[in-house]
Amino acid sequence: MDNIYIVRCGETALKGDNKPYFERMLVQRIKKVLESEEGVCVERTDGLIFVRAPQSADQELIVRRASRVFGVDSISPAREIDISGMTAEDALSAVGAAAVEVMLGLIKERGVKTFKVEAKRADKTFPVQSPQIARQMGAFILKGCRVLKVDVHEPDVQLYVNVRRNKAYIYERKIHGFGGLPLGTNGRGLVLLSGGIDSPVAAFMMAHRGMVLDAVHFHSYPYTSERAWEKVKDLAGLLAVYCGKLRIFSVNLLPVQEQIVQNCPEEETTILVRRFMMRIAERIAKEQGCMMLITGEDLGQVASQTAEALVVTDAAVSLPVMRPLIGMDKVDIMEKAKEIGTYETSIQPYEDCCTVFLPKHPSTKPKLEKILMSESLLDCEALTEAAAASAEVTVIQPRSDI
Amino acid sequence: MFVYLDNSATTRVCEEAARAAQSAMTETFGNPSSLHRLGLEAEKLLRRSRAVIADTLGARDEEIWFTSCGTESDNTAIAGVWESRRKTGKRVITTAVEHPAVLAPCRRLQELGADVIYLPVKRDGTFDMDAFREALTPDTILVSVMHVNNETGAVMPVAEIKQAMLEVGSSALLHTDAVQSYGKLKIDAGELGADLLSVSGHKIHAPKGIGALYVRKGVHIPPLILGGGQEKGRRSGTESLPLIAAFAAAAEKVCGDIPARAEAMRTAKNFLKARVLEYVPDAVVNSPEDSVCSVLNMSFPGCRGEVLLHMLEEKDIYVSTASACSSHSKEHRSHVLSAMGLSPELIDGALRFSFCAENTPEQMDYAAYELEKAVARQRRLMKAFKK
Repeated sequence: MDNIYIVRCGETALKGDNKPYFERMLVQRIKKVLESEEGVCVERTDGLIFVRAPQSADQELIVRRASRVFGVDSISPAREIDISGMTAEDALSAVGAAAVEVMLGLIKERGVKTFKVEAKRADKTFPVQSPQIARQMGAFILKGCRVLKVDVHEPDVQLYVNVRRNKAYIYERKIHGFGGLPLGTNGRGLVLLSGGIDSPVAAFMMAHRGMVLDAVHFHSYPYTSERAWEKVKDLAGLLAVYCGKLRIFSVNLLPVQEQIVQNCPEEETTILVRRFMMRIAERIAKEQGCMMLITGEDLGQVASQTAEALVVTDAAVSLPVMRPLIGMDKVDIMEKAKEIGTYETSIQPYEDCCTVFLPKHPSTKPKLEKILMSESLLDCEALTEAAAASAEVTVIQPRSDI
Repeated sequence: MFVYLDNSATTRVCEEAARAAQSAMTETFGNPSSLHRLGLEAEKLLRRSRAVIADTLGARDEEIWFTSCGTESDNTAIAGVWESRRKTGKRVITTAVEHPAVLAPCRRLQELGADVIYLPVKRDGTFDMDAFREALTPDTILVSVMHVNNETGAVMPVAEIKQAMLEVGSSALLHTDAVQSYGKLKIDAGELGADLLSVSGHKIHAPKGIGALYVRKGVHIPPLILGGGQEKGRRSGTESLPLIAAFAAAAEKVCGDIPARAEAMRTAKNFLKARVLEYVPDAVVNSPEDSVCSVLNMSFPGCRGEVLLHMLEEKDIYVSTASACSSHSKEHRSHVLSAMGLSPELIDGALRFSFCAENTPEQMDYAAYELEKAVARQRRLMKAFKK
C-alpha cells in the first residue's frame, strides 16, 4: 500500500476562476520537486492535492520538499481508508479500526498518553454528522488502546478524521509550508545577487509570490576572490530549492569600476557603480525576457540605500525595480535568512565587489544632475554594452541533500 | 608557466613518497599490531620509517612519536608539559610570532591558570634574547620558540636559548616548532638543545596528515590521544602506515640532500628578490637578512596583497598573503608582521613567496615580471581612487 500525503493549498484556493490554473501549476511544481523519487504520483481532487508514494520512499524528504513548494499551505502524511459502497456503520468501523492502528503506532513511537479526535465530513451526503463521527472514533480508540485517555484541552495527539466521498483519511501531523503562490504564476524577474544576507531573501520573497527568477552577480576579480563566487553559487543552490534551477549571469564589473575610479569624484563611486549595475542588469533582463529587476536594498541601510540614493539609482533604468525588503529591519531580514537557510552561507567573509572601492565618505544625498555630469565623462553605453556582453551564464541546480 | 611559490603552505608530494604510500596501502597493508605475518611486515616498515625520521633529526628511534600533523605535535608538547609540570611552576614563555598551533594551546593554558609570556620580536622579526632572559624565571616550566617563522623565514636561535636556560639553571623544557625549518636547515635535536620538537610531512613533499614529535629521552609527558596504546601508549590510534612510509621516503630524499636543495632555494629566493626590487624599487623586504632559504616576505606599498595574489593566480603563479585581508578589521592582519611593528599599509600589501628546490630562475623571472605588471595595474587604480 502506498503512503499518502494530503497537501492543502492556501491562497491558491481563493483565486476564483483562475483556481484550476493555479492548482495545475502547483501540482506541476510538486511533481517537479519530487521527480527524483520513484513511483511518486500527484493528483488533484476537490480542493486538495494528494501525493502518493511507495512505502519505500523517504517520508521526511517528501514532506520537506513538498512543504517548500510555494502555494502549499500545509501537508499531512495520512492514512487512506476506502469506504466506497459501504454503509455508514461499516465505513465508521473500518475507519475506527484504522484509527486504533494509528494510535497504537503512536503509543509505541512517542509514548502518547492522551488524545482528541476532530472529525470533518466533506461529503455532506454521509449520514453521520461530524461531532457524532468524532465521538464514535473516540470510543473505538478508547476501546482499542486501553492506556489512552481523552484530553480535549492539551492532548498529546490531535487526530483528524476526514470523511470524503468513497474515501476517508486519518492524520495527526500538519507541517506548515510557506504559502504564497505557485512558481510560474507571476512572470519572470532578474535578481541582483551579491552574496550578502539581503539579496537571497529578496529573491525568496519574489519567488514566494510566484515569480520565476534569473540572477545576475557582479564581481571584481581579481579584486574579489574565486571563493566569493563559490559562495554565490552555494547561495543559489540553496535558493533553487525553493525557486527551481537558477541561471546566474556573472559579470566582471572591474572595467567599469576602473573607469569610474579614474574619472569621477571619489564620493560618488558607490552610487555610480550602483547605477551601472542597474543598467547592465536591465540589459540582461531585457534579453532574457525578465520584466523587472529585484534587489535586496532596504531603506537607509547603507549609503547607497538612502531615499535619495535609491531615486538616483532608479533613474538609471526604465524597468521597474522591486525591493521586497525595503521596509524591513536588518534583524528581521537576518531572521528570514535563517528561516530559509541562507544565513550561514551569506555570512562567510568574502569581499564582494561593492566593498572594493569603498569611498571614505560616500555621498548619501546624491543629486541626479551631478551624477549625470560625472557620467558624461564616461562612455556609459559602451561600458554597459561590453559588461553585459561579457556575462557568463551558470545554471545552478537545487541542492539535493536538503 | 606554472610557478608554485607557496611551499610554506604545502608542497607537491614527491614521487618517492607517493610510491611508498601506494605500496603501504596495497601491499604492506597489515596492521602493525596484528600478530600474523602481515602485521609483522607492517611493523617492520613502521620501525624502518621511524629510524629514517629519527636519523634526520639526530635522534634515537624511541624519541620519535608519529602524529597526524604539526599542529598535533605542538598541542601534544604544550599540553603535555603543562600537565606534567604545572605543580612545579606556572610560567610558559613563547613568542608573539608563533604559529597558531602554538599560540592557541598557550591561550588555553592561560585559561587553565598558566602565566604565559609572549615575547616581542625585534623589528626585523628576529628573537629578542634580552627580553627572553628577563622573562625567564625559576618557575618557568616551558619555553616554546619556533625554529623558523612561517611568514618571514626568520631563524630563531634555539641553541642559544637553551644555552641561556642552562646558564641560569632553568629546569624548564624547551619545545621548538621546526615545521618550517625541517628539510631546509640541518637539524640535530641534541645540538639544538630541544627537549621537544615538532615536524610535519606535507611541508617536505610528503602527503598531508602526518607529523612527528621528538621527545628527548628522559622527558615524560602524558599522551593527548588515548586508546589502543599504539606508539607505546604515547599516541593511540592505528598507525597511518601509508603516510608514515611516505613521510620517511620524503624525509630521506629531502633531508639527505639539504645543502644542495637549500642552495637551489636560496638561488631562487635571491634571484626573485633582486628582480622584484629592480622592477618595483619601493618594495619592502620584510624577511630578515639571514632568513631561511625557503621564505621571502615583501610588501608592496599602495597595493593589497590579496589582490596581487589573485592577479598572479590569473597568470598561473601561486603565492600567499601574510594575512587574510578579506575583512578590513584589525584582527585579521598578520600577527607576525604586526608584532614586527609594520604599518597597516605594509601589512596589507605583503606577499609571502616560499620556495622549493625545484623552482628555477626562469620561473622567478616570469613571476617578477608579472608581479611588476600587477603592482602597476593596481597602483594606477588605487592612486586614482585616492586622489
